[in-house]
Amino acid sequence: MVMKKLINDPRNVVNEAVAGFEAAHGDIVRVSHDPIFIARSDAPVQGKVGIVSGGGSGHEPLHGGFVGYGMLDAAVPGAVFTSPTPDPILAATHAADGGAGVLHIVKNYTGDVLNFETAADLASAEGIDVRTVIINDDVAVKDSLYTAGRRGVAGTVLVEKITGAAAERGDDLAAVVAVAEKVNSRVRTMGVALTPCVVPHAGEPSFVLADDEIEIGIGIHGEPGRERIKLEPADAIVDRLLAPILDDLPFVTGDTVLLFVNGMGGTPQVELYIVFRRAAEVLKDRGITVTRSLIGNYTTSLEMAGTSISVLKLDEELTSLWDAPVQTAALRWGR
Amino acid sequence: MTPKEQPDAGANLSNTAGGGALTLDTAWTVRWIRQSAEVLAASRAALNTLDRDIGDGDHGENMDRGFQAILPKLEQLADETTPGAVLKLVATTLISTVGGAAGPLYGTAFLKAAGAVGSAMSLDATALVALLTAARDGIVLRGKAEEGDKTMIDAWTPAVNAAEAAQATGSAVAGVLLAAADAAASGAQATEPLVARKGRASYLGERAIGHRDPGSQSTSLLLRAAADVTAA
Repeated sequence: MVMKKLINDPRNVVNEAVAGFEAAHGDIVRVSHDPIFIARSDAPVQGKVGIVSGGGSGHEPLHGGFVGYGMLDAAVPGAVFTSPTPDPILAATHAADGGAGVLHIVKNYTGDVLNFETAADLASAEGIDVRTVIINDDVAVKDSLYTAGRRGVAGTVLVEKITGAAAERGDDLAAVVAVAEKVNSRVRTMGVALTPCVVPHAGEPSFVLADDEIEIGIGIHGEPGRERIKLEPADAIVDRLLAPILDDLPFVTGDTVLLFVNGMGGTPQVELYIVFRRAAEVLKDRGITVTRSLIGNYTTSLEMAGTSISVLKLDEELTSLWDAPVQTAALRWGR
Repeated sequence: MTPKEQPDAGANLSNTAGGGALTLDTAWTVRWIRQSAEVLAASRAALNTLDRDIGDGDHGENMDRGFQAILPKLEQLADETTPGAVLKLVATTLISTVGGAAGPLYGTAFLKAAGAVGSAMSLDATALVALLTAARDGIVLRGKAEEGDKTMIDAWTPAVNAAEAAQATGSAVAGVLLAAADAAASGAQATEPLVARKGRASYLGERAIGHRDPGSQSTSLLLRAAADVTAA
């Protein structure tokens, strides 16, 4: 595969994208370029728990696209597919600290966990009350005793939205942490890759898939989880993704859920809706009611084709926090 | 004499010349880090390839970026800089420039190594073993990996054990470092048949078998660089 990208210099991908983000969304965010992070334009909001997330770039709109009223106070982009270092995470933590403590929402990838942990140590040493919630919604990893554990993938978006709403309504740090943990404990995700992606500075695909192969159970960098199989019709693939999700929590008859069909970057909306249609059918057959939905490219792997399905078990509290106003570059309603 | 003025001129000649070198000094520490930067730059693509097989393909890139960022700082060391201060400079630079898992892991290793040698102006074989042990312990603390998990610990722990054994049987610093480097190289090679239990390679399950852990390889390179700049 030849690298064919809208870039200038691979070394400037993140800086130039963040500069563009700043130019486009200056009404919502302000940007620090050195160290690099994106903050809510009105951060820190005095008396409100600050929420900071971050991770490697290449998953946009995660996380910068979710900075704004009702969601994140700051987001820290690392190099493409590489965790940010502790310095910008610490600076973003300062920017988000309105005196009520700061929550770090961290996807369970070793690099992210270690760099956020180091930053949290430094912030704590400076007297900021920092708590961390590790997101691990991915069911593809079977045996978490013998791996680095389940990965944090698209369910992170739902955690960030709902937790952001809890902070916005004035919950204290312990309550905000509890909401984040509650969402993480009730959301399950599994993904599939149809094509690999090319990291700009690498210049070649990060893994190889034959023309007729797909990888079931990918994480958000296309790294494998379960198995490599021949391409199947969409409905069969959806069934493969959904069964382990529903069995894991488990989701049962009578549950109400949010169904989130996420695009990995290179799959068009028309296909995502085909996926959503089948997933909704399967849920209905199981007596599970979809009361909220999200469809689109929210946690991507560069130009990878593929999708992930997330199911979140709702209750009244989570539903009302989901419906609460949000004003970010990528999610916006009620305000 | 400062490391800046005499980077490669054997500033510690009285210590490391001949077969009976007893101690290592600040100039040695600087030489080790410079040699490491050179070796990592030369191994950038090879480490990326190892990482692409079972990770995300950027380990060489990240290590090279981190060690290159240290080089200009080595030019500005004060006269009275201790080996520990150099190690601490390496630590903070790696933590703030490498990213991924390797940044905090190697950063913590150098930070703990700096703590272990304290303000000593020179390191004997005993101090050297303490340095290596503290580095290894820091990585275990941060990464929570055990031997056999297919991580850099599989190079570090054999290296620490070999260094201890060499020191116990009376080897001088060069012998200790050579033993550590040889054991790290064997340890890195021995990760090839393993299934990974930590880091991103752990998601591959049995598909990680047959591939060397890139972190164990970079550890092996760092310890080889230490041995190579230490005259026997």
